[in-house]
Amino acid sequence: MRTTPVLRAAAAACALLLAAACSSGSGEGNDSAGRAHGFHAPDLPMQKKVGKGEGELNIVAWAGYVEDGSNDPDVDWVTPFEKKTGCKVNSKVAGTSDEMVSLMKTGQYDTVSASGDATLRLIASGDAAPVNTGLVPNYRDIFPSLKRQPFNSVDGQMYGIPHGRGANLLMYRTDEVLDEPDSWSAVFEDAGRHAGYVTAYDSPIYIADAALYLMETRPKLGIKDPYALDEKQLEAAVDLLKKQRKSIGEYWSDYQKEVSAFKSGDSVVGTTWQVIANLAAAEKAPVKVVLPKEGATGWSDTWMVGAKAKNPNCAYQWLDWIVSPKVNAQVGEWFGEAPANRKACAETSDPGFCDTFHADDEAYFQRVRFWTTPVKECLDGREDVTCTDYARWTKAWTEIKG
Amino acid sequence: MTTRHGERLRLAGLLAPPLIWLAAAYLGSLAVLFLSAFWTTDSFTTDVVRIWTTDNFQQVLTVPVYRTIALRTLSIAVAVTVVDALLALPMAYFMARVAPARLRGALVVAVLTPLWASYLVKAYAWRVMLGEHGLINALAAPLGLHGPGYGTTAVVLVLAYLWLPYMILPVYAALERLPEQHLEASADLGAGAWQTLRYVVLPAVRPAVLAGSVFTFSLSLGDYVAVQIVGGKTQMLGNVIASQVTLDLPMAAALSAVPVVLIVCYLTAVRRAGALDSL
Repeated sequence: MRTTPVLRAAAAACALLLAAACSSGSGEGNDSAGRAHGFHAPDLPMQKKVGKGEGELNIVAWAGYVEDGSNDPDVDWVTPFEKKTGCKVNSKVAGTSDEMVSLMKTGQYDTVSASGDATLRLIASGDAAPVNTGLVPNYRDIFPSLKRQPFNSVDGQMYGIPHGRGANLLMYRTDEVLDEPDSWSAVFEDAGRHAGYVTAYDSPIYIADAALYLMETRPKLGIKDPYALDEKQLEAAVDLLKKQRKSIGEYWSDYQKEVSAFKSGDSVVGTTWQVIANLAAAEKAPVKVVLPKEGATGWSDTWMVGAKAKNPNCAYQWLDWIVSPKVNAQVGEWFGEAPANRKACAETSDPGFCDTFHADDEAYFQRVRFWTTPVKECLDGREDVTCTDYARWTKAWTEIKG
Repeated sequence: MTTRHGERLRLAGLLAPPLIWLAAAYLGSLAVLFLSAFWTTDSFTTDVVRIWTTDNFQQVLTVPVYRTIALRTLSIAVAVTVVDALLALPMAYFMARVAPARLRGALVVAVLTPLWASYLVKAYAWRVMLGEHGLINALAAPLGLHGPGYGTTAVVLVLAYLWLPYMILPVYAALERLPEQHLEASADLGAGAWQTLRYVVLPAVRPAVLAGSVFTFSLSLGDYVAVQIVGGKTQMLGNVIASQVTLDLPMAAALSAVPVVLIVCYLTAVRRAGALDSL
């Protein structure tokens, strides 16, 4: 059997479990969050001061996070950064958290906008270095509820700078889907209405979307957390997704592919990010997005610094730049997510933006299940069963796609 | 004695670089790939853990979904090869034996031209054509038909298009080499067009078709890009390997052994048929 992986996974699970228990009680930042028995982040040095920029910066990011005006001339926060710091930005867009993790493992990138299902994996594998928040002046203005969270810190030590958070949404073409869906049933039970034109996110983490739907529709399964599924619950989610597959036209993980599919009408309903809806709308696709009544899965992203970063000074300057009020507001509005910097709310072009995206609304984010890595020790605190880990989800995903 | 020695040295010097490249870079990387298939990963960090296990191969052989995908990939590769052979035979025959000599060169250039364009551009062009409001649906609509959309059919269509030149060229070369006298002799002996085709032309081009099929078959078997672009939800072996590379490298390595085995089997069969002698 695989002893070492099991031990390491167990250690990581303990960290997650304990941290989750700590943070769910109190909304605000908690110093003990992330403290755990077994989860030992490798002992890596932390940057002491920010020196002169190296002249270059290599970034792995989600689509829409590193904009240099090539998508929209008005959407550009890279050029001013390059002018200010002299760090030339090379960015690589990743479609999934798995891609991000594997890109960071190459050691060729300095910083990454990791979601909660990538952060702890990067910390545990020693690919992300602890971050000295003292070197990031704008860290001061980050919402306290995002600081020292289980997915971005270990033992109170931050491993990155919170960037923003949001939910995965349901998008549909208004000329094909006429009943204005407000439930994920549009892509599950009712997917047959648009058979061949439904789309879904191509990653094992999408299993959580099915689990979230089952929490509402089949309470008897007893799913409390869509990332903590025992074998039986996983099976139910897999069955649901296999049924969904019959109606799927194509899966997406490349955001441009989804934009083009909705524009051409090859996809008419499916899961999406706000930024994709914005891009599709900009290309005159008649699309609408909605946060379904069941709630949604979502993400809370953190800018991390690679442990083997060749340009750490530029990386720290980027960290401070990307969460500075103005830029954080720009990214938030472009990507369609709640900014992490509370001063960003005064900088948005739409004054009501932070309210619309519930920037500081903890009650709202209770309904959004942030991506996290499923592990064997159930994240919902159950001790009488073993949960399915991400390796199991990966196999299940291959099986679902058939 | 000394000259012979010197010659040997020169020969060794000449052959060493390509041989070292072949052994180290090519066979070496294949060996490392095969070796890593016996390792496992940390299920949390997805780091490769060097613990010896045959788990991956067991799964490849026993988990039904891998068999389904392998069979689907094999069928697609076979279908692409058959489609290409059926298209290439008449085209190559026309080019080599019917078209006037002046046109011949132009036709060869025409067949080769698509190879100058990027693979991705061609695949995306097909994506646009096959789309819901694309050219194919627009042409089919007046007839009350609907195009194939994205899916397995589209994959076969696009791959057959992409690899067609690799089939036409060897068949064209074989037909060009076919002596006119053979066809005349066949006619003189009273054979009709079909009989000549069946007993003279086909046996002469069979090795060329098999040689062309090596390209179309192996290129289709390993493809994972075209299928992502026009395949809809279709998974081929290449896709599964590509998605496992980021999550479970040893599993990806074990899965890679499947197309390698299939191609080795195919090459062995083709070699037995004598197609590789004329390459």
